[in-house]
Amino acid sequence: MSETLLDVENLRVSFTTRTGTFEAVRGISFTLGRERLGIVGESGSGKSMTGRAILRLIRPPGRVEADRITMHGEDVLAATETRMRQLRGGRVSMIMQDPKFSLNPVMTVGQQLVESLRAHEKLARSECRKRAIAMLDEVAIRDPERVMGLYPHEVSGGMGQRIMIAMMLLPGPEILIADEPTSALDVSVQLQVLDIMDQLVKTRGMGLIFISHDLNLVAKFCDRIAVMYAGRIVECCKASELHKAQHPYTLGLLNAVPDLEHPRPRLEVLQRDPAWRDALSVSART
Amino acid sequence: MITANLRDWLLSDAPTSRRQARFASWYKGWLTLRSNTLAMVGLIVLALIILAAIFAPVLATHDPYAQDLGQRLLGAGQGGHLLGTDSLGRDIYSRLLYGARISIYIVLLVAMVAPLVGLIVGTVSGYAGGWADVVLMRITDIFLAFPRLILALAFVAALGAGIENAVLAISLTAWPPYARIARAETLTIRNSDYIHAIRLQGAGPFRIVTRHIWPLCISSLVIRVTLDMAGIILTAAALGFLGLGAQPPSPEWGAMISEGRKYILDYWWVATFPGLAIFAISLAFNLLGDGLRDMLDPKEDNA
Amino acid sequence: MTDVTNGEGRRGPSFAPWLIKTVATLVTVAVTLLGLLFVTFMIGRVMPIDPVLAVIGERATQAQYDATYLELGLDKPLLVQFGIYVSDVLQGDLGKSIRTGQQVTTDIARVFPATLELATLGTLIGVAIGVPLGVLAAVKRGSWIDQVARLVGLVGYSMPIFWLGLVGLLLFYGILGWVAGPGRVGIFYQGIVEPITGMLLVDAALRGEWVVFRDAFSHIILPAALLGYYSLAYISRMTRSFMLEQLNAEYVITARVKGLSEWQVIWGHAFRNIRIQLITVIALAYANLLEGSVLTEIIFAWPGIGSYITTSLLANDMNSVLGGTIVIGSIFVGINILSDLLYRFFDPRAK
Repeated sequence: MSETLLDVENLRVSFTTRTGTFEAVRGISFTLGRERLGIVGESGSGKSMTGRAILRLIRPPGRVEADRITMHGEDVLAATETRMRQLRGGRVSMIMQDPKFSLNPVMTVGQQLVESLRAHEKLARSECRKRAIAMLDEVAIRDPERVMGLYPHEVSGGMGQRIMIAMMLLPGPEILIADEPTSALDVSVQLQVLDIMDQLVKTRGMGLIFISHDLNLVAKFCDRIAVMYAGRIVECCKASELHKAQHPYTLGLLNAVPDLEHPRPRLEVLQRDPAWRDALSVSART
Repeated sequence: MITANLRDWLLSDAPTSRRQARFASWYKGWLTLRSNTLAMVGLIVLALIILAAIFAPVLATHDPYAQDLGQRLLGAGQGGHLLGTDSLGRDIYSRLLYGARISIYIVLLVAMVAPLVGLIVGTVSGYAGGWADVVLMRITDIFLAFPRLILALAFVAALGAGIENAVLAISLTAWPPYARIARAETLTIRNSDYIHAIRLQGAGPFRIVTRHIWPLCISSLVIRVTLDMAGIILTAAALGFLGLGAQPPSPEWGAMISEGRKYILDYWWVATFPGLAIFAISLAFNLLGDGLRDMLDPKEDNA
Repeated sequence: MTDVTNGEGRRGPSFAPWLIKTVATLVTVAVTLLGLLFVTFMIGRVMPIDPVLAVIGERATQAQYDATYLELGLDKPLLVQFGIYVSDVLQGDLGKSIRTGQQVTTDIARVFPATLELATLGTLIGVAIGVPLGVLAAVKRGSWIDQVARLVGLVGYSMPIFWLGLVGLLLFYGILGWVAGPGRVGIFYQGIVEPITGMLLVDAALRGEWVVFRDAFSHIILPAALLGYYSLAYISRMTRSFMLEQLNAEYVITARVKGLSEWQVIWGHAFRNIRIQLITVIALAYANLLEGSVLTEIIFAWPGIGSYITTSLLANDMNSVLGGTIVIGSIFVGINILSDLLYRFFDPRAK
């Protein structure tokens, strides 16, 4: 952990609605180096909002506040919108859940890839195309030339997600946020997609924030894990030390998963303690 | 004290009877509607127009049919005429009040006939399926393919001018969308478990359609009808304007505009006030319809 | 396409369903048009006017009456009469107009370009303002521009068009004098331009008669703006609701994540997705204007098909009324089919 790519301190995301203010993220802190950080939590725990807040993609009535969000020491919160656009895609990218929805249905794969590159580098169209095809090759897509001319509905889910990865890595960002990248995919292709993503992140020396509800998957693919509950980080540990986890919520999650080697007659139902909600956030800074 | 109890009873999370649950859902709907300012404006304007129509004999200052050629084309306020007089010296204000009766009469009739026809066609088509469905929907599409005003014109031309024929013509052009809606609702309801359960209990198609499918189609039809009211009024006024709706000397608003049209450059108010009246009532219906849609169909919410 | 066999393999099986769909569409169109004719036919039958007397006049002898009765085929069964009617219409014979004494087809060919000109200009105005207004209203949801769009829509849906036309005439012609009054062109300029398309603005421009062009423009702009307002109310409302749906889509977030500018996100991504839906809406707005022009034409003494139908109506000239109804109805159907085809052509998912 030589170098800190991203430093977040006391991040808050809140939404003002007619019935009051809802706080989706309530003061979390973490750092990211050239490593793989997993953020785990149930639906509504604020993990996706965290990813979007870093990119400043929360739109009104949502509000983002933090003591600090810096990338390479550069203040993200104070950046102009123009600078922000250079950071988005150029420095930080994000992959979302379902390629069926996250790819534009009326643009060809090629158009979308080329556009992604041209947003950050002033290159000739032919050069962009060449790089896009090379990138598709890197995510193990056969016959990339043909795929360039396809529309998103013509490719499978696993292929769509690999295209998404290619598109997001094309401009060469340092940080990749993967927001449930495999939840919408068939189980058979999940691991394949994850392996490709993992490999690319590793060879390029990027930082990865892997957001998921699947604790085991995260434990397998990440170096560190932060467990979120009700907008806060309740526990943070190394993936290798997950078995030493202390927090009852983490333990509950672990116990709610069936285990082939230690079968139990009855899986535990997660018991939630209202006190967790009020407890202070654990820092995931290193 | 009683009102507070009533409020608690209505807003209870755990209704004890079906009646309480139904009243409660109405009350909650009313609360949502009440918080929508524009919809309330529409409702109030509408209430005022309806009251004006009911109490027209009391509110009118003159006989709406009484001509006085000596007092013709007076401006607003002149000679005791609040909104002036038309080319035959009739009091415009009094005529507007009585005209409200005609507009409301037409709208109510169409709003009863057209949705009913649509409901019957749509539910039969959706429930029966097969050839009946194909034929009925084809007929619906044919009527939808016609431009509405032109079809209404052709009908009135064939049937002869007059309010009742205008109502008939408008209804004949207005029912197809309701049939489409009712059919769509029926198709979603038809295969639900409770319909199967009722069928197993021995209920016939007639009973299922009228007692179990119709009630569920009502709310989407009501929204659509409210939104269509303005269109009905405008079509009726257009027919009146063309001389095919209410006949003179009846104080129908569209016909009044038609009369005032000849004098528009010199005596603007003769055609302007009835136009404002039509505008007011259509706008009120549109505001209310938007509000109802927001209330009953939160998908298309407005900020 | 590097993989030729694969490409062929894709196209092969998808050809047959496309053919079936086209045939099905054509059958639907034919049935709809037949139904349309049946309705007009029935209207013609139930009307209280005696069709024989309408042709020969009140003072004809009984012998003349009987001859015409047979000539019109009124002794035959209703279904046969309908068959004759359909075959006449298919041959372009809509009967004779009692009022003008000419074939209804000839009459309509003469008046229709005027309506087309008016409705086209109206739609252009509606699209040019309505689409950007709807997009802006959706993007800046809840802002003042959204309120303006909402107000424009509400007023458009609530205002009687014939009344707004009168008020517009009073204001812009009577009081301000900015535009010319009713009619298509000033009396001094009538008949100067030899018709090519029948649309005066186009003809004047083609013949280089710019003085006539200016006068005609001054006549058309007010009714066209009026129609344009109504179509803009509809178009902006639909555009807004389509855009709102798209702006919440996930690919919009993807586009932002890529670092695209807001302009690119809105027009390059979200708007690109509603273009196809918009085609349908604009086609519908256009068809509605062809109809909506009936009232406008009367207010502005515009010699189009709307005026033709209503004038004939008041003269009990049923052939002209039904002929006009058939023409407008067929155009309605045609525009619907066209927008359907365009939809299939432009949407990559529909291929």
